Amino acid sequence: MSKHVVAMVREIPPGSRKLVTVRGRPIAVFNIKGEFYGLLNRCPHQGGPMCEGVLTGLIESDEPGTYQYSRAGEILRCPWHGWEFDVKTGQSYCDPEKISVRNYPVEVAPGQRVVQGPYVAETIPVTVEEEYVVVDV
Amino acid sequence: MSQSLLDRPSVPGTRLGLIDCDVHHAMRSPRDLDPYLAQKWRDHLGTYGSRKPVPFTGTSPYFKSAPALSRKDTWPPNGGPPGSDLAFLQEQLLDRYGIECGMLHLLSMTGMDQRNQEFGAALCRAVNHWQHEVWTQKDRRLKAAIVVPGEDAAAAVQEIEYWAGNRDFAQVSMVTHTIEPLGRRRYWPIYEAAAAHDLPIGLHTSGFNGHAVTPTGWSSYYAEEHHEVAISQQALVTSLVCEGVLARLPSLRVVMVECGLAWVPSLCWRLDQHWKRMRDEVPHLDGPPSSYVKSQMWFTTQPMDEPERPADLSKILEWIGWDRILFATDYPHWDFDDPETAVKVKLTETQRRMIFRDNARAAYNL
Repeated sequence: MSKHVVAMVREIPPGSRKLVTVRGRPIAVFNIKGEFYGLLNRCPHQGGPMCEGVLTGLIESDEPGTYQYSRAGEILRCPWHGWEFDVKTGQSYCDPEKISVRNYPVEVAPGQRVVQGPYVAETIPVTVEEEYVVVDV
Repeated sequence: MSQSLLDRPSVPGTRLGLIDCDVHHAMRSPRDLDPYLAQKWRDHLGTYGSRKPVPFTGTSPYFKSAPALSRKDTWPPNGGPPGSDLAFLQEQLLDRYGIECGMLHLLSMTGMDQRNQEFGAALCRAVNHWQHEVWTQKDRRLKAAIVVPGEDAAAAVQEIEYWAGNRDFAQVSMVTHTIEPLGRRRYWPIYEAAAAHDLPIGLHTSGFNGHAVTPTGWSSYYAEEHHEVAISQQALVTSLVCEGVLARLPSLRVVMVECGLAWVPSLCWRLDQHWKRMRDEVPHLDGPPSSYVKSQMWFTTQPMDEPERPADLSKILEWIGWDRILFATDYPHWDFDDPETAVKVKLTETQRRMIFRDNARAAYNL
């Protein structure tokens, strides 16, 4: 595993996402209310591009006629068949034990620290004034 | 440690020249048909619009979370709905997957289930000209279906006669949710014309007839409806067989599109069982119902059934018959099957060639 600088923080404001490629892997980086999460851009079902999925909430029900809505904006639906995944962990709703989208740790690092290394910043010019999104791959 | 389904071996090498038996092209607007419609019908379209045997024509039973029923990544960058831009369809489907031949099925503004019969016939003619000029003449990999107004057999036959012999058209298409079951004699002239011109009938689940899709009434949820189209297609297969359409026209070929697969063996078993006991009610059948299904019908894969144990799919496909199965993506629709990942079972080289290419060549006489 190594840490890769993929974007400036201000490029991915809350509620948005960016598709990046790290060590040949397409990774969708999401900003959920200021926290960053990285998922492989490939649904485990048939390979749909997760970065183009809709973020929605979790709807659950104890019996017909009732429902609870929670976790608004934290459930990612594949843009092809609509399978639901927890954007924070990559776990599927349909079979959480077995089916997940591969997830990658993402952190925010200040330019001051990035400049010192050992971060990999092949495509992003780094300055000490900025904050950066760093993916661990 | 999570397990990804994609970590399992996928189906490699669709590069051998895949034939996709369900591709959806689309119009940017019904006005795309204007060049092919007489002024009277252009005016009619603008003044009265489409009139189908269904209430609430401004809506449909299909779900709204995938606009235009489509994958979210299939909206063309240059505008228009999914499937309306040839260049983008080539890039995202034909070139991307190395597709040798794509069978087009148009689902909207086809004229196939219009109540106004003359308008329906005019629309079908216009749609077929549009398919020919805008699609099949521009990319030889694409083959159209002659769309016909199924409830008006005379007009349907005229439409078949008009295009027969044009190799841009590989089949005849009509809606499947019809006023009567499709085996009834009012539809027979259409089958006779198709068989006479060596064209299969492609039956993509579609259309409105005012009845619920299920025989037990209207369902509440789209999750139900999406499955029930498969049940309606079972009734259709049963009708085509039991009414004697296939027995009477041994050269007729029928392709069932987008209605699932796993039900085919059990339907055949049950029909054969009934035939053994009640054969004298349907003496026009020379053999068990399954014999007609196994020699004159084909079934497209999408949406591919996904058994709990993926390997069980092999048994199902074997029961149906490896030679009966045609691969289809349903591009650009939301329940698209990816040629490289949808068939989650190991196939022999021969099986792979059959499903992805050779069966289609036989079914469509390509």
